[in-house]
Amino acid sequence: MDALAELYAIRVADLVVGFGRQTVLDHLSLDVHRGEILGLVGASGGGKSVLMRTIIGLIPKQSGHIEVMGHDTERGFGSARASVAATWGILFQQGALFSSLTARQNVQFPLREMLDMSEKLQDEIATAKLEMVGIGPDDWDKFPAQLSGGMTKRVALARALALDPSIVFLDEPTSGLDPIAAGDFDQLIKTLQTTLGLTVFMVTHDLASLNVVCDRVAALADGKIVAVGPMHDLLQSEHPWVRAYFHGKRSAMLQPKQD
Amino acid sequence: MGPAVSVAPVLDAHTDGDTLELKPTGAWIATNSKSMERLSDDVAPQIAAAKSLTIDMAEIGEIDTIGAWVLEKLSRSAAQAGRTAQFKGISGNYAELIDEVRQLNRRGPTPHPKPNPIIAKLDQIGRSAWSATADIAVFLEMLGALGAALLGVLRRPRSLRLTSLTYQVYRVGWQAIPIMVLITFLIGAIIAQQGIFHFRKFGAESYVVDMVAILVLREIGVLIVAIMVAGRSGSAYTAELGSMKMREEIDALSTMGLDPVEVLILPRIIALVIALPILAFIGSMAALYGGMLTAWFYGGMQPSVFIARLHEAVSLNSFQVGMWKAPFMALVIGIVACSEGLRVKGSAESLGLQTTTSVVKSIFLVIVLDGMFAVFFASIGM
Ligand SMILES: Nc1ncnc2c1ncn2[C@@H]1O[C@H](COP(=O)(O)OP(=O)(O)O)[C@@H](O)[C@H]1O
Ligand SMILES: [Mg+2]
Repeated sequence: MDALAELYAIRVADLVVGFGRQTVLDHLSLDVHRGEILGLVGASGGGKSVLMRTIIGLIPKQSGHIEVMGHDTERGFGSARASVAATWGILFQQGALFSSLTARQNVQFPLREMLDMSEKLQDEIATAKLEMVGIGPDDWDKFPAQLSGGMTKRVALARALALDPSIVFLDEPTSGLDPIAAGDFDQLIKTLQTTLGLTVFMVTHDLASLNVVCDRVAALADGKIVAVGPMHDLLQSEHPWVRAYFHGKRSAMLQPKQD
Repeated sequence: MGPAVSVAPVLDAHTDGDTLELKPTGAWIATNSKSMERLSDDVAPQIAAAKSLTIDMAEIGEIDTIGAWVLEKLSRSAAQAGRTAQFKGISGNYAELIDEVRQLNRRGPTPHPKPNPIIAKLDQIGRSAWSATADIAVFLEMLGALGAALLGVLRRPRSLRLTSLTYQVYRVGWQAIPIMVLITFLIGAIIAQQGIFHFRKFGAESYVVDMVAILVLREIGVLIVAIMVAGRSGSAYTAELGSMKMREEIDALSTMGLDPVEVLILPRIIALVIALPILAFIGSMAALYGGMLTAWFYGGMQPSVFIARLHEAVSLNSFQVGMWKAPFMALVIGIVACSEGLRVKGSAESLGLQTTTSVVKSIFLVIVLDGMFAVFFASIGM
């Protein structure tokens, strides 16, 4: 592993992705440091999910270069991909829980498939992870169809964290959660980052999350990263879209009124 | 971040008076779960023997939630046996993780009382018997809803979804023609070949025309086509409606004040009722054609002879019998397919299950219906 791969968890350079005639990502570059929490903001339909899915190799890129933990994610599906897959956890925007497994079995699934451990330990780890994300014992044996939207998100997070990955991709993790749960969620992510050195790539519109947990924030507009840096740098940014995002009516409501 | 290579976990145990001190070192992480479990099993007897337990975390190399949980379990097992257990030397980084893990798995799910096995078995039998009647109820309910929707459409003909209906007729009718023609053609040919082969022994080859014509027109033509339609279009209906149900599309329709039966189901079933008789007709013709070609090439019977014989053998009755059955079979297939689709629950598995059920049930019912028609037509002398 070279020095750059030691420093960066994700390196995206000059990435172009599109569907048919539509170009969604247009020569986009972005680096994510190891152990940091990076928040990605952008307009709805701006290509945030597409960027995340391209990084993890689900959408083919047209050109550019992507590395996750020093591995090219597009190349190779078989064992090379499995070894990368063991180091990351992914929370999809819609949860993507396996509908025929209960919440507990969903979390057990990666443990059973990827690790060598007794069934009892699998079960304990699964319930521990579910509790960490705030799913109580009465909901462990429910099927995804029986869970609320916010609960689905949390079970999906528990599944993403099951293997104690070194990097997690979260697509709008706190949307659909009540503010208390969202706060707990932020706290959990922060704890995992400080204790496990977790790298987090998080698509979010939650200004509180951006403020509290993100080390850096990247703004995606017109298919490019137009600004990246700590939150207060972005607040100073001159880019019109970034200004509109952080200084619009909605965000102004969060600041205390100054009269 | 430490280097990616992980050292094997080690658990040093030494006794100090009554106190057992455990000192984990190395990497206590997910990929080492097997050895972590073994290590913790190995010290279990020592923990049972000691009066108190200390876990010294000072020299641990790496730890994640799985490693922390294995260690926490050791301390918990000691605590449960009434001994004192504590962690010490936790470095700042890991303190929060250990704290977090110590809170976990303290509560189990509310236990459900286990029912008596005999009663459980009886309960199960009762439920499956009940579900058989429920099946009939579901069928009748759909028939009723369909009747109501049809009445609504008759009262306001403009509310019939014509676009949808045409599209469905195109899908289940027009697009099905090639495969139906191919299969019925082959079946007609096979029947004729078998007939010629066996009738030849009695010198009664010419009766093969009677056999092919009556079998195909009265029974096989419509039955084969109905079975094919159940497998081809019935299953598609169930899967479509089922996945709409799963994604709450049907709920969305009804909250907009629209009747899902009228919008989704009525056009589909009407399309089947229109398409199946046409397919049955085309299928029967193809089967006769197959029979004729076989008679010609295999039995040496000139087509003109075949056709002349056909005129004598078939009355309009046979043809009518076949055609009368077709719309009823279409109705049964449509109702079963749609009501099974609406019974899909949230999971992908239930979608598969309901689709299978739909096909099996509609084929079964089509055959039962065919039998009932046979009795009926015999009793009225057709
Ligand atoms: N599989 C796909 N096929 C075609 N277009 C897609 C696909 N996925 C996303 N898009 C398009 O790409 C754009 C970005 O979508 P997305 O990344 O999901 O937005 P968001 O930033 O809200 O997550 C949208 O215009 C969307 O329509
Ligand atoms: Mg998205």
